[in-house]
Amino acid sequence: MGLLTFRGGIHPDDGKAMSKEQPITAIQAGPKLYYSMSQHIGAPAKPVVSKGDHVCRGQMIAEAGGFVSAPVHATVSGTVKGIEKMRMPGGNLADCIVVENDGQMEEVTYQEASLDSLSKEEILKRITAAGIVGMGGAGFPTHVKLAPKNPEAIDYILVNGAECEPYLTSDYRRMLEEPEKLVAGLQVILKIFPKAKGCICIEDNKPDCIRVMEEAAKGDSRIEVKTLKTKYPQGAERMLIFAVTGRKINSSLLPADAGCIVDNVDTVVAVAQAALKGKPLMERIMTVTGDAVKEPRNFLVPLGMLHQEVADAAGGFSTEPEKIISGGPMMGKALFTLNVPVIKTSSAILAMKEDEVAKYTPTACINCGRCVSVCPGQILPVRLSEFAEHGDEEKFLAYHGMECCECGCCSFVCPAKRQLTQTISSMRKILLAKRKKG
Amino acid sequence: MSDMLHVSSSPHIRSKITTDRIMYLVLLALLPATCMGIYLFGIPALVLILCSVITCVATEYIYERLMKKPVTIHDGSAMVTGLLLALNLPSGAPWWMPVLGGVFAILVVKQLFGGLGQNIMNPALAGRCFLMISFAARMTDFSTSDSVTAKLVDTVSGATPLAEIKSGGSYDLLSMFLGTTRGTIGETSALLLLIGGIFLVVMKVIDLKIPLTYLGTFAVFALLFGGHGFDLGYVAAELCGGGLMLGAWFMATDYVTRPVTVKGQYVYGVILGLLTGLFRIFGGSAEGVSYAIIFSNLLVPIIERLTLPGGFGIVKQKGGKKS
Repeated sequence: MGLLTFRGGIHPDDGKAMSKEQPITAIQAGPKLYYSMSQHIGAPAKPVVSKGDHVCRGQMIAEAGGFVSAPVHATVSGTVKGIEKMRMPGGNLADCIVVENDGQMEEVTYQEASLDSLSKEEILKRITAAGIVGMGGAGFPTHVKLAPKNPEAIDYILVNGAECEPYLTSDYRRMLEEPEKLVAGLQVILKIFPKAKGCICIEDNKPDCIRVMEEAAKGDSRIEVKTLKTKYPQGAERMLIFAVTGRKINSSLLPADAGCIVDNVDTVVAVAQAALKGKPLMERIMTVTGDAVKEPRNFLVPLGMLHQEVADAAGGFSTEPEKIISGGPMMGKALFTLNVPVIKTSSAILAMKEDEVAKYTPTACINCGRCVSVCPGQILPVRLSEFAEHGDEEKFLAYHGMECCECGCCSFVCPAKRQLTQTISSMRKILLAKRKKG
Repeated sequence: MSDMLHVSSSPHIRSKITTDRIMYLVLLALLPATCMGIYLFGIPALVLILCSVITCVATEYIYERLMKKPVTIHDGSAMVTGLLLALNLPSGAPWWMPVLGGVFAILVVKQLFGGLGQNIMNPALAGRCFLMISFAARMTDFSTSDSVTAKLVDTVSGATPLAEIKSGGSYDLLSMFLGTTRGTIGETSALLLLIGGIFLVVMKVIDLKIPLTYLGTFAVFALLFGGHGFDLGYVAAELCGGGLMLGAWFMATDYVTRPVTVKGQYVYGVILGLLTGLFRIFGGSAEGVSYAIIFSNLLVPIIERLTLPGGFGIVKQKGGKKS
């Protein structure tokens, strides 16, 4: 039997060897922390503290700004210095609560609970209060994801451990080092969906993870480890659902429409922490790697630290990096400054000596069709980028341009080095904005 | 300003493959057949190849300079066009024919339509057809000097095996497969063209969809309508003869002038096979590959439109179901 996978995709150099063997180490928060109000998709959080207030670690400092939103918690104890506008990893400006770390690490007390004693409603309440969002990158509030319209229809809970982005090793380390936390988190979610089956989905380039997870999940017959073919973007939600269940959904549907809920490894661990320990989301694992990093590492990072501080913890740079990316090389965002706070969706800092994009000048398209054969969305990037360049919205829509998941495969394989993903995603954003306006 | 970082949209990594590399791989794949042509037909063949390649590259260079466009001759595409054009000429052609054909191919067919990637027909084949129409007698004169003839397995002097088959004569399959027979400079050896084609498949420059549907459809057509009954030897000779191998592996697979959709490539292959069969068996000439490809090139936009992929997870609208 072949491995579970999808049609299309690419096999870039994975670059994981650099940080793969580095165990997760916790790093200390710096003198000042910056808590963004926009760490998730949806309405920004609303500050509930003001300048001069004393806050403790674990204290909520901003409440959810709506249903699709998430609260934010302090990760150190200290004094609120005010609210500043700061750059986010995506380049946008957002309000940040600035807290001066007093180094005391006074912490609020958490309400522990056993899974048996918790009802579905209580679990959801705890997850909502913990401010958990999808930590794979999208930042969709988890409590919303776990409350689908028709919970009865959910028959698969997929834990996305594919980690198909090159260079990233945070999920790998998490699964290897703390498999029991992941299983506990999955059991919490399975309590909300008692009819569902839990699948931990891992690419076959991580056989040690597969072994460890199988061992950890042995006692629970509802949980199964699924081995996926190593291929980018295997971890894209729709590709993952197809690989495991054979169900196809288009971009306008939700995983729940296919009876699935997909959560990232770190998110599921955060769910366990929230439900069982009563702890809010306060830190995440980040991989600091790339050929310009002195000592590539996997860190447990308190949210609100600056990227600069995290990079310094890895020994800084061995050479001047030409490009620094927040996240992986395929979908991550290039940073122009490291003076950016770590948010719930910051998965990595990738510093590269050489910028491959700038190395090549785009040339004429020769219609080779490589973009078409790798496109997991089964659309025609070559034509769509042409329509996008010409502003031809009608044709862009007719050729299913909105189905693009911006995975970057087309730009990666293009022999003419054309910016296919970029042009298509710009057009999508224009059209999405228009749609919103009505 | 050493602290300036590069910022660009994702993805931030690129594969190693480039347009230049693809074109040079195609040139490499054509090398065995080219060497065979030079070995068989001698210095005149080499002169024609050089005239053709130099003309194509020079035309592109001069045009781009005059039009103040970036010069792109380093990408190798003009060289590919030049080589393919030469391989499609009889060895006895005068030197000015590849020059004329090359200028037509690059200037009219490629550059005037917008340059690399914009031409609607394969430039080399369009160049060949232009010469064919203008100088039919010279383009179909396959007679050779005595020293060359001595290297060939020849049944009736002066005729290509395909022409002989068409007029009811006999053929020698082995010589057609190996290439020791009459034909244009590069088309004689089915074996060496096949080696080149498979090299391109292995190097992932082309895939098997178009060559196999093309050759397969043509084989079935020849079997059904060739008038030789169930004669596999005849079908094999038709497959090895003329420009079919060169066309199927190197010209029908030309990226620019074939459909980009997966389904479309199968459709394209079938149309090519049918047209080639039609031209060869029912047409006036024994050859049909060039016109079949040129004609199919023109159908590409419509083939593509009719074979658009549906998009992942998109359900075809049926009775008001979700799109």
